[in-house]
Amino acid sequence: MAENTTPAKKLVAVSAGLSQPSSTRLLADRLAEATVADLRDRGVDVELTMIDLRDVANDITSNLMTGFASTKLQEAIDAVSNADGLIATTPIFTASYSGLFKSFFDVIDNTALTGLPVLIAATGGTPRHSLALDHAMRPLFSYLRASVLPTSVFAATEDWGSGAADDGFPTLPDRIRRAAGELAAAVAVSKRSTEVKDPFALDSSFSPIGAYGAQ
Amino acid sequence: MQFGIFTVGDVTTDPTNNTTPTENERIKAILTIAQKAEEVGLDVFALGEHHNEPFVPSSPTTMLGYVAAKTENLLLSTATTLITTNDPVKIAEDYAMLQHVADGRVDLMMGRGNTGPVYPWFGKDIRQGIPLAIENYALLRRLWDEEVVDWEGKFRTPLQGFTSTPRPLDGVAPFVWHGSIRSPEIAEQAAYYGDGFFANHIFWPKEHFQRLIAYYRQRFEHYGHGRADQAYAGLGGQVFMAKNSQDAVKQFRPYFDNAPVYGHGPSLEDFTEQTPLTVGSPQEVIDRTLTFRETFGDYQRQLFLMDHAGLPLKTVLEQLDMLGELVVPTLRKEMDAKRPAHVPDGPTHQSQIERMAARAAAKQVADADEQSAVAAEAARSTRTTPVGAGTGAAFGIKGA
Repeated sequence: MAENTTPAKKLVAVSAGLSQPSSTRLLADRLAEATVADLRDRGVDVELTMIDLRDVANDITSNLMTGFASTKLQEAIDAVSNADGLIATTPIFTASYSGLFKSFFDVIDNTALTGLPVLIAATGGTPRHSLALDHAMRPLFSYLRASVLPTSVFAATEDWGSGAADDGFPTLPDRIRRAAGELAAAVAVSKRSTEVKDPFALDSSFSPIGAYGAQ
Repeated sequence: MQFGIFTVGDVTTDPTNNTTPTENERIKAILTIAQKAEEVGLDVFALGEHHNEPFVPSSPTTMLGYVAAKTENLLLSTATTLITTNDPVKIAEDYAMLQHVADGRVDLMMGRGNTGPVYPWFGKDIRQGIPLAIENYALLRRLWDEEVVDWEGKFRTPLQGFTSTPRPLDGVAPFVWHGSIRSPEIAEQAAYYGDGFFANHIFWPKEHFQRLIAYYRQRFEHYGHGRADQAYAGLGGQVFMAKNSQDAVKQFRPYFDNAPVYGHGPSLEDFTEQTPLTVGSPQEVIDRTLTFRETFGDYQRQLFLMDHAGLPLKTVLEQLDMLGELVVPTLRKEMDAKRPAHVPDGPTHQSQIERMAARAAAKQVADADEQSAVAAEAARSTRTTPVGAGTGAAFGIKGA
């Protein structure tokens, strides 16, 4: 390898699937594979991190109560915060993302995901839950000022058994490819993972004696 | 180095017998605990300020005034004084008064408060938390340091020709610590004034505070108050002891499991590993506390939280006996032996008098230097031929 190669882009896939094996994790895997393949086709080196929220479920609850993350959870938070692209996958529970999924993003600083390209994806028992992607997940990441990609991917149970479309509608693999292409294009130009963030950076207008009444 | 205790003054049900002290019992218990601190040889007692249940200490100087009368050597402090919602004029007067009452055994720790509704209850806006802390403290400093103050700010009515009364004892304001758990602005403020920075790291992993204290130290040096390792750092701590570890864990677990803040959350074992909480033998407390010095550098003040989560008064007093007899003497010896000569000891009224005198002397020298430079420049400018390249600008004289 040449010494001056650009550092690998950092891609993170988060799965809030609970069962093992999990169809949510399976969807996250498929999306990650497709995104990595697309980036490789573009000649972009990429490093993939998979995060199962199940593994840090207790840590997330503790963080909600104590205000700090365990070492293991902090690694997951740092990985997501410093990524060039995120694949966020959750099962749909009771008309929305799962509580675990939401809690994970609740313990991340609300400025940490600014500008992060996010591919949103979800699984559910029937396709009738698919709008949760647009009425719940998209606003969540919009609030965090992440950059949510236009294509989101919903996989109902029946999608795992549908082949090439007779009816001309795109199948799950088609949608995965299209979404992965959008994410790969955004990741390829992202500089987020190489930016150095100063946690002590003060606003340029800040003065330790204040703007008023100062001598 | 100074060792002491701080209390938040929570009224919490004892989970082992389901009894809850009354407000009166808890207030009296806090006063007993403060006197016990002196009896067992601790240096500092710091009292929280809260205006919401389940906390009782809403009027710290009233309680500290009582403790002042009952003690001889104990240094009285706060943990914390709400610089955001209190009128700085009242803080200036209350604590200058306490200085006189307690013969100088007073300092303060500024904090922004941990409860949102307290801001609107006192007519303030929580979104202005940092600007309030900055402006109110700037005014507080002037009220203590200057005899007559003309002042206009954003958050309170202007002052014309105001003198806060009484004047600080011996003309020297109480030492001030600034407490913060995450805001670099507050570390910057502490550094700017050459004040202390207190990191109450009892609920957080040490790495977080390591960075914050390092930042404060670096900025303290930047503002010319001394070297980074001469900055004034204070740390929180939380311990529960028994002769042997297993008994300590067994006795403390029900209190931990039901405590405010972290109860019903992480396990005692996880929390002990992730935060400075130490539940074990006095030797384990000594060993753990000594690691704080390795992590944060030589520091000036160590305060322990001993009386929360519903622990009965009797148990707290036993804990203080152990802290005073079995832990602090060893810590004091070890910490003092390791601290280099150029690093200051914990701040006292006497050390503040000396520090302010040194500061005034340094200012006099600087002023004299400037005057003689001006005079020299004036003399030079009368000559027909300038000597060398000696322009005023080269000597840093403005407008030369």
